[in-house]
Amino acid sequence: MPLVEVRRLAKLFRRKRGLGLPTEVLRAVDEVSFAIDEGETFALVGESGCGKTTTARCMLRLLEPTSGDVLFRGENLLSFSRERMRRARRDMQIVFQDPYSSLNPRMRARQIVEEPLIIHRVGTRAERQDRVAALFTLVGLDPQHLERLPHEFSGGQRQRIGLARALALNPSLVIADEPVSALDVSVQAQVINLLVDLQRQLKLTYLLIAHDLRLVEHVSDRVAVMYRGRIVEMAPKATIFSSPHHPYTRALLSAIPQPDPHATPGRIEFDPAAIDLDRPLAEVTPGHWTRGE
Amino acid sequence: MSPAVSTPSPALLEVQHLTTAFDTPQGRLLPVDDVSFVVRRGETLGLVGESGSGKTVTALSIMRLVRPPGRTTGGRVLLDGRDLLALSEREMRGVRGAEISLVFQEPMTALNPVFSIGDQVAESLVVHHRASGPEAHRRAVELLESVRIPEPQRRARDYPHQLSGGMRQRVLIAIALACRPSLVIADEPTASLDVTIQAQILDLLREMRERFELSLLLITHDLGVIAGMADRVAIMYAGRIVEMGPCARLFDAPRHPYTRGLLASIPGRAPGRRLRAIEGSVPHLASLPKGCAFAPRCPDRFDPCEGRPPGPASLGPDESVRCYLHERADASGTRRESNAAG
Repeated sequence: MPLVEVRRLAKLFRRKRGLGLPTEVLRAVDEVSFAIDEGETFALVGESGCGKTTTARCMLRLLEPTSGDVLFRGENLLSFSRERMRRARRDMQIVFQDPYSSLNPRMRARQIVEEPLIIHRVGTRAERQDRVAALFTLVGLDPQHLERLPHEFSGGQRQRIGLARALALNPSLVIADEPVSALDVSVQAQVINLLVDLQRQLKLTYLLIAHDLRLVEHVSDRVAVMYRGRIVEMAPKATIFSSPHHPYTRALLSAIPQPDPHATPGRIEFDPAAIDLDRPLAEVTPGHWTRGE
Repeated sequence: MSPAVSTPSPALLEVQHLTTAFDTPQGRLLPVDDVSFVVRRGETLGLVGESGSGKTVTALSIMRLVRPPGRTTGGRVLLDGRDLLALSEREMRGVRGAEISLVFQEPMTALNPVFSIGDQVAESLVVHHRASGPEAHRRAVELLESVRIPEPQRRARDYPHQLSGGMRQRVLIAIALACRPSLVIADEPTASLDVTIQAQILDLLREMRERFELSLLLITHDLGVIAGMADRVAIMYAGRIVEMGPCARLFDAPRHPYTRGLLASIPGRAPGRRLRAIEGSVPHLASLPKGCAFAPRCPDRFDPCEGRPPGPASLGPDESVRCYLHERADASGTRRESNAAG
């Protein structure tokens, strides 16, 4: 059984355009289905507005999906009461993109990491202190800096604090939403290495949301490419990068700037009008799904 | 990216020992510290750096757009042999936008929301007395067409919010090119764009470079963008250029440990393998070490690095490195390998 399974998830936003005009319906996420196995890193990739972050928020019910199912260890999260959902979230945590705005600037690092333990009433005060110090060490921060405020840390260190907080309750699923895109290049690699190490050490399952395909190629096992609310292609990483099938995937991969001055530019353009999103996902080779022809 | 067999083309922009200081309560900071480089005619120089490296302040210093408490305290900026730092502000206004144009990162804030894009392109022609009235408008539409904005006649009447990010960046490029400058400084021109749009804008810049015989100073943190665009590259760290050289040489045989570290930090070059990350984080200018600014993070540091900052050592024409390892390699007559001391 997969750890988490998303079935025909949809999130529609309605926008009133004015008197007499029909309401506009934006299909932010539409017919999205995928399953993530325990210990796997599954990447949702696509450009801004493609629905990847909305998908993740719906999975955690930070947004209520319009329709579909989200199964976690076989149980449908969408049928959970608020209280049961609150408890279920212990097992599924999210790390946000921007370590500058996602940490409360008035809380000390220790309080930020300890907060989820308090909310979920875990351990005694002393046990929590030990846990926070252990988490600090785990993510490569100096426990001497527990009493510092967020602004006293660099961007990379702040992202480590965000990770320590996410890991406080021993989740099995970590959703990492653009975890390194706000960081300097020389610091990104440290955080990427840390994510990989933590996964091995703690047997974590990752849902990685990213627009940086070089990062995705480096860390993920399987990749789903989203375009205008739909998954247009899904396959094991090596397959997606070596034999992309869908015209949008091909265009996206060919647009990545190669850090190699000898690379021959071979950019493939795509015609948005020619993409039929209503074409069903079909399996071209085992595990390789596409809406392409 | 052609081999260095022919004599280099003449210099269009020569930046010599440029220094810009900010006087702050923490003391005098030098976001641009003794920076020298040349941009030759028809050439693209990539200026690479992370946040706080001084790459944007370098661009602003060249344009004389540094605001107090910042101030350019030394050096020369020669455009065709004329020192821009010696011009009056009035003369400088005639240079900005006409001889050198700047393309900014954020295409939403760089455009004025209350004027149509056609008016904004026409304005740059009017300001520099290149055209006026209907003639300026006609040329604005031509410029919009040349940056491949579909239906330029109709689009000229649109306001910035009606355009996508990619289209707005095209408008900014049209404004930059309006007076046919010889040099364009593009500061992270694609950083806020999606990857497919980024590729289109880079294609456009390449095309404009050919068509208008531009020299380009391309400022970015993205080595992927640099590899596909630049003829030569200068790497900045903590206000100084630490390495400069032809693009292919820099990627194939980086000399400075920071350049090596940056290249090794890029994911996707060897999927699944652990990245060779650079330790620590980018230093703040107020707390730079006494010696080489990169020394605390450097895997190859040795005694002299902590003494005083290394000076630039020439590796050939337009090629240099600021690193004691290079001096040592010279002295012993052998080339050190990158990981020998790591």
